[in-house]
Amino acid sequence: MSMPFYVPPEQVMKDRADFARKGIARGRSVIVVGYDRGIAFVAENPSRALHKVSEIYDRIAFAAVGRYNEFESLRVAGIRYADLRGYSYDRTDVTARALANTYAQTLGAVFTQESKPFEIEIVVAEVGVDSDTDQIFRLTYDGSVADEQGFVAMGGASDAAEERLGTGWRPGMTLAEVLRLAVDVLGAGENGERRALDEGQLEVAVLDRDRPRRSFRRIVGPLLTRLLGETPAPTEAPAPTEAPAPTEAAAGADDAEPAAGEGGPASAGGSVDGPGAATPPA
Amino acid sequence: MTQWSTGRPRRLDDAFLSAGSSSFSEFVSAYRPELLPSGRRLPSGASIEAPHGTTIVSLLFDGGVVMAGDRRATMGNVIANRDMEKVFAADDYSVVGIAGTAGIAIELVRLYQVELEHYEKIEGAIMSLEGKANRLASMIRGNLSLAMQGLTVVPTYAGFDLESATGRIYSYDVTGGCYIEGGHHSTGSGSVFARGALKKLWRPGLEEQQAVSVAIEALYDAADDDSATGGPDLGRQIWPTVAVVDHSGARFVAADVLEEHVQRVVAARRGNPGGAR
Repeated sequence: MSMPFYVPPEQVMKDRADFARKGIARGRSVIVVGYDRGIAFVAENPSRALHKVSEIYDRIAFAAVGRYNEFESLRVAGIRYADLRGYSYDRTDVTARALANTYAQTLGAVFTQESKPFEIEIVVAEVGVDSDTDQIFRLTYDGSVADEQGFVAMGGASDAAEERLGTGWRPGMTLAEVLRLAVDVLGAGENGERRALDEGQLEVAVLDRDRPRRSFRRIVGPLLTRLLGETPAPTEAPAPTEAPAPTEAAAGADDAEPAAGEGGPASAGGSVDGPGAATPPA
Repeated sequence: MTQWSTGRPRRLDDAFLSAGSSSFSEFVSAYRPELLPSGRRLPSGASIEAPHGTTIVSLLFDGGVVMAGDRRATMGNVIANRDMEKVFAADDYSVVGIAGTAGIAIELVRLYQVELEHYEKIEGAIMSLEGKANRLASMIRGNLSLAMQGLTVVPTYAGFDLESATGRIYSYDVTGGCYIEGGHHSTGSGSVFARGALKKLWRPGLEEQQAVSVAIEALYDAADDDSATGGPDLGRQIWPTVAVVDHSGARFVAADVLEEHVQRVVAARRGNPGGAR
């Protein structure tokens, strides 16, 4: 009879975490980003049928990266959870916070108890009455939950993507602006090279604050083309990475001081439907 | 979720994570059967008196379907409710009207609405109209044991078929039989009188406004001869519930439009209560 070798728990957890992280990093990224009238989900996903972004409930959506079968089972479980809760209580009693907690317990239990952790990362987002009450929860393979402000990037090279989002994003951007920013971030390569992503490679959906009841809508076809094409984009250069100084101030959500710095982007945002709209943060 | 039934931590258990069914009612009947009307058992031989909803009429028009219901619920000889809604939007492209025991019927409609939305979310596609009608039939079938003790529910289902671009009406019997109706249909205690009116007033190719008017006249005739059907209540400003489903989806006719229709019908019937033409 052979005795199993002693493996310290730190090592077990580290091995599992490394394993999960490696699986997640192989996949393509998903970006979840707030805009003035809701929350947008942008995924690089050439499939029309296998979704990475999905509706969970009236104001709640789900986005995931990693192994499809694993996050699909969580997605279905989330819809069952939300519908059962809404059916036995009331539609207003279904919240992203409760769902995120339940997902976290599940992911945590799988991480410590099962033979293999889930190789997934998910976002549960709920759109509120205004952008201050929007909630974006990010859950990782080990069950940890983070309450994110404004934007999240998941999947391969998510750190670099988050950094780019951090410099390009500011509160109150329009849908067209955040979509272009997200596509720009998704298309950025490791050492400066860029890939052009067209509509066929993107899965885009929004939680639209202004819609009554079910706020989730997929954005496809001509509407997506129009939203992505609205910028004049004078050069090939990635616009959002250029002006770090004013956007850093804006990222602090400071209303009084950077008013002058934000004047340009804010007015561009206001007139984004017009043909002469400037590049967002230039 | 499991904290309801056991003391374990709140992780999603296998019922949630299992693959396969995209039906909400199948999931609930496996996980929490007592939440479903069909999961309940009455003591045998018992019968109780409960509010009863009555007449629903539905008719096709050119490009869609109209469904209308009166607002009265009765319990024996007592009017239990004067302004009850009996016509509901089932999803974006269909409506369901209910006659029978009000409490169970409304619960069934709520379950049915979740069922359709649940399927749509899990599958990422809208169920076919035929599929939706069959799902409703299986729910009625699940209610059979309650129906045998007097708690019957008989719905009518109407929707716009996106594939053939026409309206359709499905009627049901108490055992869950599902029948497609041509032209028009009525159900509930006043249905006999409403059907008579529909036979005389309905014709193929009606326009939407004409169809709404016909529905209101049919309900007027039902209320005229059936005490359990509520007529238009001018004093309280209570009008029938009227839903229209066409290519743009299901919507309810606004109160001011209904008021016009009702006033016109009532005025036309003055001195001519049978509506002879």
